[in-house]
Amino acid sequence: MKEIINLPVQSIEEEEYHINMGPQHPSTHGVLRLVVTLQGEIVKKLQPHCGYIHRGIEKMCEKDTYQQIIHLTDRMDYLSAHINNHAVCLLVEGALEVEVPERVKYIRTILDELNRIASHQLWWSSFGMDLGGLTCFFYGLRDREHILDIFEESFGSRLLHSYYTPGGLMRDVHPNFQKRVKDFLKYNRKKIKDYDRILSGNVIFLERSKGVGVLSKELAINYGVTGPSGRGSGWACDIRKKHPYAMYDKVEFREVLRHEGDTYSRYMVRIDEMRESMNIIEQLIDNIPEGDFSAKMKPIIRLPEGEYYQCVESARGELGIYCISDGNKNPVRMKFRTPSFVNLGVLDKISREMKIADLVAIGASLDLVIPDIDR
Amino acid sequence: MAFNIYDFTSFTQSIDQALYEWLPPFWALLVEMTIIGLVFLLFYAIVGLFLVYAERKVCAFMQNRVGPNRVGPYGVFQTIADFIKLLMKELVYIKNSDKLLFNIAPFIVIIASFMAIAAIPFAKGLHAIDFDIGIMYVIAVTSLGVIGVLLAGWSSNNKYSLIGAMRSGAQIISYELSVGLSLLTIIVLAGTMQFSQVVEMQSTGWFIFKGHIPAFIAFVIFLIASTAETNRGPFDLAEAESELTAGFHTEYSGIKFAFFFLAEYMNMFIVASIAATVFLGGWMPFHIYGWEGFNHVMDFIPPLVWYFGKTAFVIWLMMWFKWTFPRLRIDQLLTLEWKYLLPINLVNILIMAFIVLMGWHF
Amino acid sequence: MNSFTKYFTDIFWGFRSLLIGMSVTGRYFFSPGQIVTQQYPENRKKLKMFERFKGDLIMPHDEHNQHRCTGCGICETNCPNGSIEVISDRIELPDGKKKRIIDKHIYHLSMCTFCSLCVKTCPSEALDWDQTFEHAVFDRTKLTKILNKPGSSIIKDIE
Ligand code: SF4
Ligand code: SF4
Repeated sequence: MKEIINLPVQSIEEEEYHINMGPQHPSTHGVLRLVVTLQGEIVKKLQPHCGYIHRGIEKMCEKDTYQQIIHLTDRMDYLSAHINNHAVCLLVEGALEVEVPERVKYIRTILDELNRIASHQLWWSSFGMDLGGLTCFFYGLRDREHILDIFEESFGSRLLHSYYTPGGLMRDVHPNFQKRVKDFLKYNRKKIKDYDRILSGNVIFLERSKGVGVLSKELAINYGVTGPSGRGSGWACDIRKKHPYAMYDKVEFREVLRHEGDTYSRYMVRIDEMRESMNIIEQLIDNIPEGDFSAKMKPIIRLPEGEYYQCVESARGELGIYCISDGNKNPVRMKFRTPSFVNLGVLDKISREMKIADLVAIGASLDLVIPDIDR
Repeated sequence: MAFNIYDFTSFTQSIDQALYEWLPPFWALLVEMTIIGLVFLLFYAIVGLFLVYAERKVCAFMQNRVGPNRVGPYGVFQTIADFIKLLMKELVYIKNSDKLLFNIAPFIVIIASFMAIAAIPFAKGLHAIDFDIGIMYVIAVTSLGVIGVLLAGWSSNNKYSLIGAMRSGAQIISYELSVGLSLLTIIVLAGTMQFSQVVEMQSTGWFIFKGHIPAFIAFVIFLIASTAETNRGPFDLAEAESELTAGFHTEYSGIKFAFFFLAEYMNMFIVASIAATVFLGGWMPFHIYGWEGFNHVMDFIPPLVWYFGKTAFVIWLMMWFKWTFPRLRIDQLLTLEWKYLLPINLVNILIMAFIVLMGWHF
Repeated sequence: MNSFTKYFTDIFWGFRSLLIGMSVTGRYFFSPGQIVTQQYPENRKKLKMFERFKGDLIMPHDEHNQHRCTGCGICETNCPNGSIEVISDRIELPDGKKKRIIDKHIYHLSMCTFCSLCVKTCPSEALDWDQTFEHAVFDRTKLTKILNKPGSSIIKDIE
């Protein structure tokens, strides 16, 4: 028992000392523990210890039916719950070869993108806060509120939606949906300019973020750093482009790429992605076709025997679900490749020889969501 | 001159004389000191509490919020409630901490800020001591606070605290220079270091207008450097909430924490009032040369209103900084000081000296 | 010379960006109309949740104290967290047939994740969401609710 509790600590050189960032620390955004070896203020080594909120979601999936699994995936990356749900739905639909109605595809794409904006807005808020600009936090949350209202009106929950079901949606969207989304887009275009004015252009912010935590393209590929963090290093890894699902092959959007690989480019990728997401929604929102909100599905879903993999682009990167089915109503094995967990791996590499203040900025720029790491 | 209608000199002097008539000199001095001490203590507490409230309201409005609004009308008693809460909290004893230093550190911080108020003139004839070298004294005394911060960080037996304290040391030692030099620019213009005379000289126009561009540059530098010196705003590295949890006062609780908290706000008040006194004319009303009628109207506004108005303005500026900008990193902080503020400051003094020499100022 | 001019242009652009940032916060400071905070306990009367808001699971009863639940137990099997317990009885109808009726439909609010599967899968649409949200209680047993009201019966035409 003792060995388990006393986790191995790294060896220590002269003039170095350890510092425990977390499990309770303002900038780890949850219960992540980073054992940082410092020399003065300079980070020499870093060892993440995760698992503080491990809930065994993968194991719980094994006793749940496919409809029930949806509500567990909400709780992994709670900031992009729709996108997580989407992955499970696509997996089941793909395995059963069900064609979902056009209307569902449209609505799912719009909601995914709204969710992505909301997630990026929260990330922006906490990023500003980590750098010491507390006001950003409130602006981001204030604007995100509008998206949550859209969600709440349509299906009654704000964070953990469980709105998608294999084959379609729980219920149809609210009649106000289109109007609200359009209002929001108008509102948000204005507010994103504010984001740029208060943070993106600020000289202190530029100093803090440019050239900090450079993640080269090779390193990003080697470590599998996907999502905005990987695209900030110039790695075109957008699943929406590479393996399009839902409406992504029909809409026009730019895969935001930047090549510097530093904190600033990761930041700008996310800001630009918010704009791209709004473009996607604008293309879809007026043409949502009439129709059913769900395909006909059997009440008990049994996947044919076999192995399945489905990936989607969540707000943090590639979310992959690997599933083994033996033909029963629940999977034999469900494995989630969560982006935050993979992205966390590179934190040690890119934050070495940086200041402890940079470590905070780098950690924030990777946009880690702790429940997504621990599952 | 007209602004003497609100002169406090005779008032304070009559108290002084009365005391000396009644009592032997030693006791008279003692009573006088006690009275002044008590008055300042009261003043200190009120200003501190009010500033905490003001800061919360200001930041709330900047963030589209309402701020405290539960205790009392508009939440004005919120800080008093908080203060009572802090008073009743447990003083946590830290294992392996240096107990003596740990306990005296908050007092050093608060005494340093307390001492500085003594030299500040609130109105004509209303100040505790009018040193010949008042500005010098204030600079010297305000920098004492860093000792308390260093001790707090060192004795807490906490690595976060230590990092915070070391940062604070590096920061205050560097920014002392800029504060001093920017005040020196005005001293060159004023030709005196006595606060009362500095104010007196601004009866024909505030120094920030009198001294052309160099005075304005000095004002901006003073604002930046004094924000840094008070560990506030974008320069709050010593506390750096997102990096060091709470920096040097991580381990403090209860009333000892309240001391640090109060001292931070009082330091802000002090630097703001120095800025107001030296650059914006202190209690001196706003005068435009030649407009007699206008000047006369201005004279009827009491000097205390002028003084607190100007100080409040500077404090508001500093709050505005804090709630807008992200925090600097320690090396950038030092770069800003040594590569930008200091050279500009030195050149600025030269220009100012030249202007004074040629008599180009108003 | 180049680095010399860069020094001053840096200062200029730096200051400019800072002032732009300050203009944003300054604008909000002087426009209190944009405050978004809701005064929660005071606005309780006016506060209206969206009609689809998932606050609390209820079983709607009509004016005759009748509900639609047949006691089939489908919601119980579909609930991923075991927050629903359906206790049903068998009664003998006058014509001799046996019929299952609901005795107690127990709902544990404390274990519910608001996934809405029960509402969706109920064949007779007996469940619905309520918009209440003030769920805080001092005793957690209060979070266990019996959804069918005492003395209630099933609406006739539901099988
Ligand atoms: S909402 Fe979900 S968790 Fe809650 S009772 Fe219904 S099925 Fe169970
Ligand atoms: S609520 Fe619906 S699903 Fe549950 S027992 Fe009653 S009828 Fe069956």
